Amino acid sequence: MNTRVRERYDAVFKLLFKTTGMLVIAVLGGIFLMLVWNTVAFFIKVSPVDFITGTQWNPSGSQASYGILPLVVSTTLVTIGAMLIAIPLGIGTAAFISEYAGKRLKNFLKPAVEMLAAIPSVAIGFLGIVVVGPGIAALTGQPNGLNALNGAVLLAVMALPTIVTIAEDAINAVPASYREASYGVGANRWQTLVFVTIPAAAPGIIAAIMLGVGRAIGETMTVLMATGNVSAFPKGFFHSVRTITATIAIEMGEVPYQTTHYFALFAIAAVLFLMTLAANLAGEYFVNRFRKYHAA
Amino acid sequence: MISKKTGAFLGWFVLLLCTGTVCFFLGIILADLITKGWPALSWEFISSGPTEGMTTGGILPAIVGTVLTTVITAIFAVPFGVCCAIYLNEYAKDTSFSRLIRASIRNLSGVPSIIYGLFGLALFVQGLSLGTSVLSAGLTLGLLSLPYIITTTEEALRRVPASMREAALGLGATQFESIRDVVLPAALPGILTGVVLTLSRAAGETAPILFTGAAFYITGTSGALNQEFMALPYHLYMLSTQHQAIEQVRPLAYATALVLLIVIVLLNLTAFYIRYKHRNND
Repeated sequence: MNTRVRERYDAVFKLLFKTTGMLVIAVLGGIFLMLVWNTVAFFIKVSPVDFITGTQWNPSGSQASYGILPLVVSTTLVTIGAMLIAIPLGIGTAAFISEYAGKRLKNFLKPAVEMLAAIPSVAIGFLGIVVVGPGIAALTGQPNGLNALNGAVLLAVMALPTIVTIAEDAINAVPASYREASYGVGANRWQTLVFVTIPAAAPGIIAAIMLGVGRAIGETMTVLMATGNVSAFPKGFFHSVRTITATIAIEMGEVPYQTTHYFALFAIAAVLFLMTLAANLAGEYFVNRFRKYHAA
Repeated sequence: MISKKTGAFLGWFVLLLCTGTVCFFLGIILADLITKGWPALSWEFISSGPTEGMTTGGILPAIVGTVLTTVITAIFAVPFGVCCAIYLNEYAKDTSFSRLIRASIRNLSGVPSIIYGLFGLALFVQGLSLGTSVLSAGLTLGLLSLPYIITTTEEALRRVPASMREAALGLGATQFESIRDVVLPAALPGILTGVVLTLSRAAGETAPILFTGAAFYITGTSGALNQEFMALPYHLYMLSTQHQAIEQVRPLAYATALVLLIVIVLLNLTAFYIRYKHRNND
């Protein structure tokens, strides 16, 4: 091949690679536009104030009501429950793996966490029905254990690998000199961990938590299968709830194209998008802060 | 006031307990699926279609459907993702354009899978009129996989030493030739590891295929790309929540869950094997 042809190829492929980069931006832009477009179409028919402050979600009733509050409260309730379980367990496990576990134990624990991350959400949701549900029913005397608590336990399992992996990275990234200084003044391993290493890794650990929250808010299958999906205003952990994700999953398959109900599902998807975006941006902010802090 | 030594022991014990609980979660998931799924698993189960309203028979169509969608996902997302990663790592300087691409990738990886399902419905099923089909579902999963493939590929490209590129350019290769003949072959094991791990995630996803083509029951395994299809994760969801005789089909649901788990574990082991073999070559 002569040089001119080779250089032509070079230029063409450079353009091709650059185009794929533009397409990636277009995909995110497309998702964003789709949500905005359909949400606007929804707000033409239903006022945004009714949507945000409405306490009833009943799109198929004779007097259709599109209040998002019960869905947002459900999602928040299940996510808070999941974090109450996953944050202490996740940070404890991360600290154990990086500070106490020997090399052999590490070689077992790290793949175990990766394995947990690899299990499909639908399989975890299934176990929510056949293992966690009957367990909660036996403890509380309810007919079935399909409630917010069940969803919270499952979401904790889903969020744990994220939290453990990122928190462990953060703890590992604390310079050895910090620990040595602490040992040097007579602190033992536990005191060093609690008073030196974890505070130094704090921004990274907060990032881990925020990314875990993002994961939990956006999770669909586990909550769809395990929380019972009663569409009433949530009353607590021992009652059935219906999250934003579950509502979209249940109703999208049944609504006619481009009806108010159809647009409404995109509007709650937009709210879901904003909630996960906020959690992920907060996570990213703390990751960057952690990096800067240790680069200095 | 407890002594320093007791405190340290208690602290260690609490952390051990946390780690034990996480391992217990994994253990109970694996133990339950294996002990209750294994008895219902047989050659017939994975080699025949469902019969008598799903209460007997196997899940062959679901296995075929999952393999087909995953292949489409790979055909779409791998070239797309690898090309984008090449642009980011080999060509792009730190401009506002490349920062915008990176920000998009980070955002896309945080978008909930159900929103990908909606996007697939709006873009592929309705917009491009592909209907609810294997093709729509595969493409939707492809979009979901894209950010992971780009991130892992870029990581693999970054590990190729700059000296190799410089050597190729010094011998008179164009930048594209240096990428095609030197950089990509060197990064291939890393790229493959990332691709296989990403595909294993895509194969287990349910939410994005809910509205883009998965069906509870279809007869036969035609393999046509414009038809609705059965998929392992969706089948498990339907068997465990929507079937009329839920208690009766529970063993089948367990067996389906176990097959799905085995598929995912095999894909993960493949990825580990590629990574391990490559490490030995270094």
